[in-house]
Amino acid sequence: MTDASSSTSEQVGYTKPRSQWWDVWDQFKTHKGAVMGAAFFIAVLIFVYVGPYIWTLDAQYIDIRARNQGPSLAHPMGADQLGRDMLARIMAGGRTSIAVGLTAMLLSLVVGTFVGVLAGYFRRVDGLLMRLTDLFLALPLLPLLLVIIMLFRDPLRATFGPEQGIFILIVFVIGITSWMQTARIVRGDVLALKEREFVLAARSIGTPPHRMILRHVLPNVLSPIMVSATLGIATAIITESALSFLGLGFPSDFPTWGRLLFDGTDWLQRNPERVIWPGLAISLTVLSVNYIGDGLRDALDPRIRGR
Amino acid sequence: MFDDTSRKTLVTVRGLKMYFPIRTGLLRRHTGDVKAVDDVSFDIYEGETLGLVGESGCGKSTCGRVVLRLYDPTEGTISIDGTDISTQGQGALRKMRPVMQMVFQDPQASLNPRMTVADIIGEPLVEHTKLKKAERLDRIYDLMDAVGLNRDFANRYPHEFSGGQRQRIGIARALALNPKFIVCDEPIAALDVSIQAQVVNLLEELQEEFGLTYLFISHDLSMVRHIADRVAVMYLGKIVELAPRDGLYTAPLHPYTEALLSAVPEPDPVAHDTANRTILQGDVPSPANPPKGCNFCTRCPRVMDICHHEDPAFREVQPGRFVACHLHNS
Repeated sequence: MTDASSSTSEQVGYTKPRSQWWDVWDQFKTHKGAVMGAAFFIAVLIFVYVGPYIWTLDAQYIDIRARNQGPSLAHPMGADQLGRDMLARIMAGGRTSIAVGLTAMLLSLVVGTFVGVLAGYFRRVDGLLMRLTDLFLALPLLPLLLVIIMLFRDPLRATFGPEQGIFILIVFVIGITSWMQTARIVRGDVLALKEREFVLAARSIGTPPHRMILRHVLPNVLSPIMVSATLGIATAIITESALSFLGLGFPSDFPTWGRLLFDGTDWLQRNPERVIWPGLAISLTVLSVNYIGDGLRDALDPRIRGR
Repeated sequence: MFDDTSRKTLVTVRGLKMYFPIRTGLLRRHTGDVKAVDDVSFDIYEGETLGLVGESGCGKSTCGRVVLRLYDPTEGTISIDGTDISTQGQGALRKMRPVMQMVFQDPQASLNPRMTVADIIGEPLVEHTKLKKAERLDRIYDLMDAVGLNRDFANRYPHEFSGGQRQRIGIARALALNPKFIVCDEPIAALDVSIQAQVVNLLEELQEEFGLTYLFISHDLSMVRHIADRVAVMYLGKIVELAPRDGLYTAPLHPYTEALLSAVPEPDPVAHDTANRTILQGDVPSPANPPKGCNFCTRCPRVMDICHHEDPAFREVQPGRFVACHLHNS
């Protein structure tokens, strides 16, 4: 405020405005849980994507003599009832599960945020969009899934190939049935934000609605979106396994973590490690993602930053 | 003061009405209106400060916001710098935005907590100019200098500032596009008394430097006396008196202005105790259901018969002095 301080700052050379993302990164680094979560998540990614190049056994290769074997040097995680190597299956299953979890979460997040922001910001479409949300919430999930999968499985398989087709179908089904919570939370927050004076200030500047949403509304609803995103990954992985278990998901010989878990439950007494490994993989991945989300949420909020 | 009328008018407001509909029942039927601003007319001359005073809830802030078309007026015309903006669409209005800006009451609420000071001050520049990043930064630094903010603060977030500094950020943002007209919506109401003086002096300096025109909304009569050239007094959605500052403060014409002025604290304890104050009885009527006749007739100490059934017209009774009161029916 005083002349002295401003002149000294000019001599020293004031710091240039740097990108927000550096601040976010600086804060993220100080969140121990988030850094550990991120490290673990990256380790899991390396395990499932790079692992198969080192552990070259095929997940589908049947070695009938090794069936129901416990952990050994040839099969570090044992083998299943057909003698397929569990380590290779966990790696292959992780690829699918993580891909399904991330894309389904992204889809439900995008749909939920889009619907929530539109409904909260534009009064005209509010009623319509929220009734649509209610409609989706009221739909009985399993019959809906049955119908969707019955209708679209074969055309999708024909167009994208059996695995790719099912993948698209599963991601779509999970995404389309899980965006409602996000939409509701986001709408509520947007409604409150819209009445804040800084939105009015932006209007007095002449900011058009789409930039108003991108610049003022979305950054301020990031926290609830972040929370539902991290929870969404977990739900997506688990829903996928439930679907596979019901025979509505991936074919039975195609490993995913959820699939392996359900297959393992039959052999729980004899080979408990067949349940423990995929279970551990699911819960640790979900946990690490939750920690990342927690750290990101804190890092993205300037009021918490620097504490 | 009276030669004001020869100056160029920048803002002309005629018969401005802002009604907020009241909807009740299951079908949300339109059952009434909150008459926040009810038939208000005034001019603001270039380079002057028009003070707008009145008690809480009388429609001052709404009036200021409607003048900038942050609300769509129910009726009436607003023209700024010769352009009628009362019916323009938001697209056409956007081109007018650089001319008119606003400083808000609550500096905490009017700054986006997720944006840095540089982003906040730079937002109008991003919206309305094609400056390159470096040029924009130069302009942001100039503005920060103009309002007395250290340039090092450009990277910080609003929550890291004191109330007075936040208000300076708000003022810098309003100045960014070199506006002609700034609506100051109680810019000092949320600040400490010691900071109020700083901000008001800053506003005055900026007015001199950039030739700004202010509509200064406040309930602080002494502050308005300090900064305003002319003063309009509002009561229940209507302007009851509009006069040059000195005339209004020495010889108020409307009984409500008299009552307001007699409520100004008196620093001399002897004068304080002996002051002959006009104390108004009762509360302000609801703007949804204003009394018949003059809005002030329920509380006026000098009420007459005519006040209860006839609404007094707002007219010029002396050169430059407008009043809406039957006492001045010559």
